[in-house]
Amino acid sequence: MYTCADLKKGLKLMIDGEPHVIVQFDFTKPGKGQALYKCKLRNMITGSLFDRTYRSGESFEPAALEDCDMQYLYQDESGYVFMDNRSFEQVTLTEETLGDDKYFLKDNMEVKILMFNGRGIGITLPNFVNLKVTQSEPWLKGDTAAGNNKPATVESGYALQVPSFVEEGDLIQIDTRTGQYVTRVKE
Amino acid sequence: MEPNWQLARKKPILEKRARIVQAVRVFFVARNYLEVETPHRIPGNAPEPHIDAVPADDWYLHTSPELAMKRLVAAGYERLFQICRVWRRGERGSRHVPEFTLLEWYRSQVDYTALMGECEELLRALVPDGSLTWRGHRIALAPPWERLTVAEAFARYASVGLEESLAAGNFDEILALEVEPHLGRRKPTFLTEYPAALAALARKKPGNPQVAERFELYIAGLELANAFSELTDPEEQRERFSRDEAERRSTGKAPYPLPEKFLRELATMPQTAGIALGVDRMVMLLTDAETIDEVVAFIPEEL
Repeated sequence: MYTCADLKKGLKLMIDGEPHVIVQFDFTKPGKGQALYKCKLRNMITGSLFDRTYRSGESFEPAALEDCDMQYLYQDESGYVFMDNRSFEQVTLTEETLGDDKYFLKDNMEVKILMFNGRGIGITLPNFVNLKVTQSEPWLKGDTAAGNNKPATVESGYALQVPSFVEEGDLIQIDTRTGQYVTRVKE
Repeated sequence: MEPNWQLARKKPILEKRARIVQAVRVFFVARNYLEVETPHRIPGNAPEPHIDAVPADDWYLHTSPELAMKRLVAAGYERLFQICRVWRRGERGSRHVPEFTLLEWYRSQVDYTALMGECEELLRALVPDGSLTWRGHRIALAPPWERLTVAEAFARYASVGLEESLAAGNFDEILALEVEPHLGRRKPTFLTEYPAALAALARKKPGNPQVAERFELYIAGLELANAFSELTDPEEQRERFSRDEAERRSTGKAPYPLPEKFLRELATMPQTAGIALGVDRMVMLLTDAETIDEVVAFIPEEL
């Protein structure tokens, strides 16, 4: 069983017999009062979103889900198609299920797909992905401060903050868990 | 390899943080406060039902320097301040890190209303323009700031009254979810006159023992400081500690030894007011940072 101390974004719980994932999490505590754990949960079957606040002392049943090694194939009108590496069976995940993870998929990427009753209901990506910068303001001469940042868009359409020295055409590494820039990489 | 940019990009805020901490020192030194350092590792903290200490060898890391600082006040130090790291186990959220920086100050011969004035003066010293903008909300800092009792705040913002909420045992939830977001929106708010059951180390109000002389300062919905007219009656303090310690143990928490030296020396403490202010959150407000992660060099997840 999980306790409140285990709650965090991405944790999967069983609620009323159905798997749910925490999509937003915050801890709050008024004055010297009781800790409150504010969660936005997504029902992984129906996709419905709702808020729930838990108090310390509550416990949670982990969602026992089967993780399958799969490869990303392509996107079509039904969604994003993956193939099981052993059985060669194909599974489709909707855009809604993927959320921002859709921006980090690359052809033939090895991922883990969460299965529930034969359906794909979630995905775990590699921790890092390399994507090419397709749009960013040019570097301003004289802007040498190490911490300066600017917006950029990568090939998948994902927008993020990058250091000012990153230029269009650069390949950058992104942490798929936080969506943040890590470093430039050589092709 | 490229330098760690997630650290490098924090430089402007960390520079501002350093200037804020320096300005806080200048403020208190100019008012004849003595800066002190007290041990971070202590035999036990004041028992609080909802604050957990981090064990350190056979003792604990302090969750506040309050016990040591009040022993100094009781020994005759009239004005003291400290800026130090404290640890509270399991507290991690957008406004919490389990290791954070507290500013505490203590002043003899005054009650908690004097600390309200000092909060107003401190922020004015740190923000010469007289207003700050945090997450799109402009907050005017010109004194006097709003003073609102807990009962008034519940009547104004909550779906239930204060008495009803205390009886139902959901005071913390209503305060956090319904009341706090409204506090300190146009100007800072002192939330005052806590129910006596939530007095902690505050004295009851002379003439109205139903409430304690305790306030919390809110700016833009963010809880910034907690202050008391300090309880100076060792017997009443011992009873409250015993009650809170019993509650801790009944919920399976590690037993603390009662702070006997503190309780003994409390008898010589004059009327005193004391306050703890979260430095990280103050830096958040002054740098327009949305999360506490942005104002500390390292978050636990990056270690």
